[in-house]
Amino acid sequence: MLIKSRSTHDCLESEVTDHSLYLQRRRFMEVSARGLGLAAIAPSLLLSACSDAATDDGRDQASSQPAQAADELTPYKDVTSYNNFYEFGLGKSDPAKYAADFKVKPWSVKVEGAVEKAGTFDLEDLLKGVQQEERIYRLRCVEAWSMVIPWYGFALSDLINKLKPTSAAKYVQFETLYDPAQMPGQKGRALDWPYVEGLRLDEAMHPLAFMATGLYGKDLLGQNGAPFRLVVPWKYGFKSIKSIVVIRFTETEPATSWNLANPREYGFYANVNPKVNHPRWSQRKERRIGEFRKRPTLAFNGYGDQVAGLYQGMDLKRYF
Amino acid sequence: MRTLLVKHIKPVCFVLCCLPLAYLATLFLMDELGANPIEWVTRFSGTWALRMLLIALMATPLQRGLGAVWPFRIRRMLGLFGFFYVTVHLSSYIVLDQFFDWYEIYYDLVERPFIMAGMVAFVLLIPLAITSTKKMMRRLGKRWKQLHRSVYLIAALGILHYFLLIKLGWFEPAIYLLVYTLLMIMRMPLTKMLSQVVRREPTPDSS
Repeated sequence: MLIKSRSTHDCLESEVTDHSLYLQRRRFMEVSARGLGLAAIAPSLLLSACSDAATDDGRDQASSQPAQAADELTPYKDVTSYNNFYEFGLGKSDPAKYAADFKVKPWSVKVEGAVEKAGTFDLEDLLKGVQQEERIYRLRCVEAWSMVIPWYGFALSDLINKLKPTSAAKYVQFETLYDPAQMPGQKGRALDWPYVEGLRLDEAMHPLAFMATGLYGKDLLGQNGAPFRLVVPWKYGFKSIKSIVVIRFTETEPATSWNLANPREYGFYANVNPKVNHPRWSQRKERRIGEFRKRPTLAFNGYGDQVAGLYQGMDLKRYF
Repeated sequence: MRTLLVKHIKPVCFVLCCLPLAYLATLFLMDELGANPIEWVTRFSGTWALRMLLIALMATPLQRGLGAVWPFRIRRMLGLFGFFYVTVHLSSYIVLDQFFDWYEIYYDLVERPFIMAGMVAFVLLIPLAITSTKKMMRRLGKRWKQLHRSVYLIAALGILHYFLLIKLGWFEPAIYLLVYTLLMIMRMPLTKMLSQVVRREPTPDSS
């Protein structure tokens, strides 16, 4: 694609609010959060609003979005030192500690299942000709903390289009590297390794679904899922599988690691949803890393106007 | 050296029990609590609350096993430090984590069994802390011992709290459960008798 159109979800570096303005907006936010709650009660209203949104100009879209607090970038140090990546250990600082020498070159990726371009590819060949760009996304962990991260990478749909799934493909599954010699956490049986995750194909083709190769303008570090990882900003962080070595197109809903480990608590969809309770964490609020007060969690992590349509007619309390 | 330690057991114990708090304060002052300091403080104080309670539960078996008096002299202090770290833990949750959001705290209690287990343990600890003085011991007489036996339940609730909150696996809380179980076994009548038999056997003089 020669002409790069800016889509509604793109944040530019220049749009990131400066700190003093941001502080003023916090107060406004607390009042408007209540209004937002109202919007959540009337999802049909929200849906009708967003069906036109797709054709809207980005600026108009911004004004129709639910009000929300400004998103200040989470410092690089925090993004790279506070991680859940159980392949490198269960502690938050373990990934940074044990992934320091993680080898990402060469990196081969196996593409299989209902897809025309099945085979094993070197990552560099796989990404040849794929347009890379920066995207600033909120990341909401199921543990009720969140960050704002400037990713670098490409739309997952660009890669999928290149791989040409067949008409039988309804889902896409990803697999993380299994290499206990490099990933000491895999010596324990915390999860059933290798880590697997998946998306419905229409979710994967959504323009917000992203594959990151870097953040803050640098290549991804091991703890953040080097050399490339999924980023699905409207779902809990565990969906955004790291250090991918297999991309598999399937006809039926693929297995996902946390759902296998605890199906009562973790569903296949795992959309950020303040109304679906979790026995360990309230999902109504979240702590943005670096902030003191918790902020309300938004449905679909605030991306509802763009992605809610994917789940029209679904009972999101059942398909959590 | 050993007699010196035993002689000054109370101040020594006090300093040792303050070390986790000092560690916390040092990391705080050095800004080394990581990206999510509130979570860190809550976890750290909770871990030490549970450890302190189990350490306090060691006093009686130690006293019986060694036939020494010093474990008894620090038992109250250990218990009160347990209460202290539990209080830090709870304050960290109410003040730092929830910032007095009583609505959220209420829903945490009813929706999250691990919060309820922890809160019940805290509430049950309060009368024990209040009745820890010599005066209260005298006033309550026999009932004091009965009342303070509830610490067995409290420690069990603390371990349950840990089991329920952990996201994956059971290894770490299982270690606490193992220690707790051993401490309970040592209190059983049979082991009590055994330890008395062992103590009566001649031992090399330890001067």
